[in-house]
Amino acid sequence: MKSNMKNATKLSLEKENEKASKINFIDSGIKYLQDIDIKGSFIVIEGPDASGRSTQIEKITAKLEADGHAVMNAGIRRSDLISKGIIEAKRNYVLGKRTMALYYAADIADQLENKIIPALKAGFIVISDRYIYTLIARSSARGINKNWLHNLFSFAIKPDIVFYLDVDSYNLIHRVFQKNYSLNYYESGLDLGISNDIFDSFIKYQYILKKEFEKMQGKYDLINIDGNNNIDQIYQQIQAKIDKFLSEDK
Amino acid sequence: MERNNKNKNNSKKDFGTLIVVEGIDGSGKSTQIHLLDRWLRSEGYNVFFTEWNSSTSVKEITSKGKKKALLTPTTFSLLHATDFADRYERNIYPLLRAGYIVLADRYIYTALARDIVRGCNKKWVENIYDYAIKPDIVFYYKVPIDIAVNRIISGRPKLKYYEAGMDLKLSKDEYESYRMFQSKIIEEYESMINPEKFTVMDGTMNIEEQQDIARNHVMKLFRSKRIIE
Repeated sequence: MKSNMKNATKLSLEKENEKASKINFIDSGIKYLQDIDIKGSFIVIEGPDASGRSTQIEKITAKLEADGHAVMNAGIRRSDLISKGIIEAKRNYVLGKRTMALYYAADIADQLENKIIPALKAGFIVISDRYIYTLIARSSARGINKNWLHNLFSFAIKPDIVFYLDVDSYNLIHRVFQKNYSLNYYESGLDLGISNDIFDSFIKYQYILKKEFEKMQGKYDLINIDGNNNIDQIYQQIQAKIDKFLSEDK
Repeated sequence: MERNNKNKNNSKKDFGTLIVVEGIDGSGKSTQIHLLDRWLRSEGYNVFFTEWNSSTSVKEITSKGKKKALLTPTTFSLLHATDFADRYERNIYPLLRAGYIVLADRYIYTALARDIVRGCNKKWVENIYDYAIKPDIVFYYKVPIDIAVNRIISGRPKLKYYEAGMDLKLSKDEYESYRMFQSKIIEEYESMINPEKFTVMDGTMNIEEQQDIARNHVMKLFRSKRIIE
């Protein structure tokens, strides 16, 4: 225990002395933010609903804070400006697929510029509960061109590490039922009209999303984590990768 | 126009007609498109009029952010893109499919001009709007900056923050900032005249003369699309 604590202090000191690095974007980035220096790290956990993302994020956050790192959480539909609008718009109107993609992009942009980038500049570790990859997968599943989506999100910061919790669809549905006893309209992809049966639709839609993530893996360096394992097994894998990354020079 | 042909634009197989006006604030474009709207409706056509930044679902959020003045250029651009997409997916495209004449007070060119002036990457903005169909006519209302600025300022005690381009920090003075912002937008518009085949209109002419010219262009278009003989 004692040596662990020593290591932790040493680690955080090393981080502090580390030189800042240039901001890194998905593609062309934001023109007026090209030369910004950042000190922090950006970690993303992707995965479907009930895949255990929030449990993992809680554990990782606790560990990183115990190690002396400042941690900030982010996620999709979490901007002060737009998140309420999306919820309201979804309730009151049927939004088109492109409108939806742009809405979510605006939400990410707002968080990036007002929360995430300032935190990274200040040396925080930012952990995002889902990010652009979920948005790309969802829109692509709804027929929006991938190049268009890639360009749309080219303004976003490229995370240092992206984990994807890969869970078998049947396994997933049981976890959803354990949580709510019901399936969500959008998470079941009912708007795609694949099936009138919500159970069928859920299984098919989650399979489509899984395929979308598979296609993105190489392009965006996603780290696949077997989400069928138990919470601790998953956590050990993720934490080991994060610790390794943080101990290496950026 | 020949009235007995008025429903030709509504036949099942024919795609509608998209007519757009562009120009800086105070160029007189809204007056002109309003008159086109009245004229076409009086001729019996099915017309739909749409305005920049007017989607009800997006409007509330945009105005909330604008009040607090915390929109970055990227967010600002994306919100307008969302507004446009909503109107496009909900109204513009389906109505064109049904053969309507769609009149748009500002179209993607407004986004291109403003976002680029605000410092967004040009290719990025162009890609975001690349799904939007090209209009049949884009009337670009060209006026000297002083005339346009005076038209706007004379009717208004105070300019809005984003309207004056204050977020660009061009000048601390609202009016000076507004003027500089509008001049930069004019430059962007000018660069689009040829590649986007704008029909340039002289916004200093009197209203009736301008309307006559616009109507002639529309009739010519209708003849070429065989909407009228």
